[in-house]
Amino acid sequence: MAGRTGAAVLRAMVAGLALSAAVARGAGPVPPVLRWGGDAEGGAPFVEADPADPSRLRGFDVEIATLIAEKLGRTPVFVQAAFQSLDQSAARGDFEIGMSGVEDTPQRRAALSVTIPYFEFREVLTVRARDAGRMRGLPDLRGRRVGTLAGTIAWDLLAAAEGKDGIVAVSYDDDVHPYEDLAQGRLDAVLLDHVLAARSVRRVAGLVIQPAAVATGRYVVILSKENAALRDRVDAILLGAMRDGTLKGIFGKWGVWDEEQARFESELLAEGDVRRERPGVSSNGEEGAPAGDTLRAGGGAPGAAAPPSPSSPSKNSLSLVLSYLPSLLKASLVTIVLSCLSMALAVALGIGIASGRVYGNVVARGLLTAYVEVTRGTPVLLQLFVLYYGLSSVVRLPAFVAALLGLGLNYAAYESEIYRGALEAVPKGQLEAARTLGLTEGQVLRLVRGPQAFRLALAPMTNDFVALLKDSSLVSVVTVVELTKQTSIFATNVASWALPGALCAALYLAMSLPLARLARRLEGRWKAGSA
Amino acid sequence: MSTASPFLTVDGLRLARGATEVLKGVTLSVSKGELVALMGLSGGGKTTVLRTVVGLEGFEAGSVNVDRVALSPGPAPSGATLRALRTRVGMVFQYHGLFEHLTVLDNVTLAPLHVARLAREAAEARALTLLAGLGVDRHARAFPRELSGGEAQRVAIARALAMEPPLLLMDEPTASLDPARRNELGRALVALVKQGGRTLVVATHDEDLVRDFATRVVILADGAVVEEGPPGTVLSNPQHPATRFLLQTKEREPAPDRPPRPHAPRVPRGRAPAP
Repeated sequence: MAGRTGAAVLRAMVAGLALSAAVARGAGPVPPVLRWGGDAEGGAPFVEADPADPSRLRGFDVEIATLIAEKLGRTPVFVQAAFQSLDQSAARGDFEIGMSGVEDTPQRRAALSVTIPYFEFREVLTVRARDAGRMRGLPDLRGRRVGTLAGTIAWDLLAAAEGKDGIVAVSYDDDVHPYEDLAQGRLDAVLLDHVLAARSVRRVAGLVIQPAAVATGRYVVILSKENAALRDRVDAILLGAMRDGTLKGIFGKWGVWDEEQARFESELLAEGDVRRERPGVSSNGEEGAPAGDTLRAGGGAPGAAAPPSPSSPSKNSLSLVLSYLPSLLKASLVTIVLSCLSMALAVALGIGIASGRVYGNVVARGLLTAYVEVTRGTPVLLQLFVLYYGLSSVVRLPAFVAALLGLGLNYAAYESEIYRGALEAVPKGQLEAARTLGLTEGQVLRLVRGPQAFRLALAPMTNDFVALLKDSSLVSVVTVVELTKQTSIFATNVASWALPGALCAALYLAMSLPLARLARRLEGRWKAGSA
Repeated sequence: MSTASPFLTVDGLRLARGATEVLKGVTLSVSKGELVALMGLSGGGKTTVLRTVVGLEGFEAGSVNVDRVALSPGPAPSGATLRALRTRVGMVFQYHGLFEHLTVLDNVTLAPLHVARLAREAAEARALTLLAGLGVDRHARAFPRELSGGEAQRVAIARALAMEPPLLLMDEPTASLDPARRNELGRALVALVKQGGRTLVVATHDEDLVRDFATRVVILADGAVVEEGPPGTVLSNPQHPATRFLLQTKEREPAPDRPPRPHAPRVPRGRAPAP
């Protein structure tokens, strides 16, 4: 699996940077290109921008892709794709081969052409050094928070362990922040590939990896279903590279060659018929996929409970929907509760800011204006990162609280502008009349100006609430699983966005439409003058 | 001129807006029980005098005294001075300023409930009596936008009277009334003075209203008082050129229901301009 720094805001900067690096190689008669896809965003040791020369890519997947291209007589050209959507990109034909620590799963086999595995990894638990003695496996982690990268085998393992071992699974969009949160006490353990764990333990102090693997899995190269023929040629190239030690050399160079890997390769080669490693998958790649055979339970730990079976022509979509509906409804609840609380915070703060800007002195007005401009002028995504990760050395906010504060503080700036405009739209003559009747400024605001401003603000407020409902999907970057995140997990599992997307849209509409209706009715009532 | 002790004294009042001097030393004295009309061309400072007396504007020099509450030069009054002033003076604005989100009844009871702390029944009884007296009680449950300009004007008067201020200032109260309604209002104002024991200062262009109902008229021109006396005398035999000009110029201030737009053409009203 590819690692991500989590700096999604920087994603665009990294995208496609290696294109030139790959193209630059071909100086003579240009051979046909091999487009290969991966995620270079913080993807060490798989695919990453070379720190010494960011225009170049490096990593063992880069070297294997180059090897495959050479054996095919083609020039490798890198295509940047987000890790979470690598499957969809492969299916769409954005690239011919995809590799970025892509795991072998039944879902992938059902949706794509998958090569023989070229690397076997162990899912390992990383804990704080002082907890090493008492947190050895998932059963020791009852009631504790265990993090991992969303959309991976490790995530499926944790989701299954939620019911079985009573752990709390926490999803991340990257593989860097789980380890930082573990060191800071936000998590009690991280379950991820040993390649990533080993790298993170070197980087973050005070963590240890439990020796017993929770499960094992393999990395494969993915191609679209139609590309089964190319898949067979890649299989042959990979087998050849195993036989002649080229792969061993590459893995050794990246420090991921060990005895386990040697055993895995010799077993694979000894089997002779590589197809046996893919039971149920024939060379034409048309069949359904069996669940569970690619995951082996290890070290006496519970095996991977099979995730809900992937979509296949025989699987009826109703039962698929039913199997995912509870988790989607639960995620909808997170979305609506988070949105309502954030909006309440935004409204309360917005009223305060607007009042301060209308009634306050020069200093207060200046400070509040600065707050509004800074908050409106920077992405809410950045604000969420700063609140959750940036401030974590000062104050360690729980994920939900960080999400609530991030959205609430951001929307407060927008709300305050609506209220300020609405307050200033109430005719001055009414305010003066109220003052000459003896009302205090507070009473004027509460009894005359506020109620009328609120009516003016209602329509734009409704608009903002609907926007907030959708913006709440951003909080998955701070590990809150809400509706969109849950849908994305769903979509990854079934390797399709069609049904999950439709369900997700229906749930969002079910939340936003009644709201718009309520606002229209309120407005209508006030227009009719019976408030 | 009344011989009773003055309820309101304005002495040498000066007020500037930016570089423009709006009031250049206005001196004025009003006794309890008077109905004083303040006349003058648009921009002559009538409204500004009223706004200063009711405490909405500060001023540069001079003094204002309302029933032993003294306002001194500086920003608009606040605190104890303002609270004392509010119990003595009320004001009805030209563009009435009714609270659009409240019914007529709620407009009138708002201050009695929240400032005078009357019980709701008492406040509503007082409001309905006032509305009935002004002929708009049938609109008690209506919202301001459902009223004509004249009706809204009378509701605004009821709203100001509900706080029972001894001194009531009115800015162009007849601007949106037809002649019949104007006479009705004039009689109501006289009743307020005679039976209610109130003192009224009315800024107006309405010569007929002044002639028929005012006890005294004060002519303001270019930020100062140029002439004053009984309406019969002043209006029939004006002494000051500004008064004569005012009475000849029948081009009246625009008096629509809404504030005039800047640069809106002035619409001549009333009698035809003198040749």
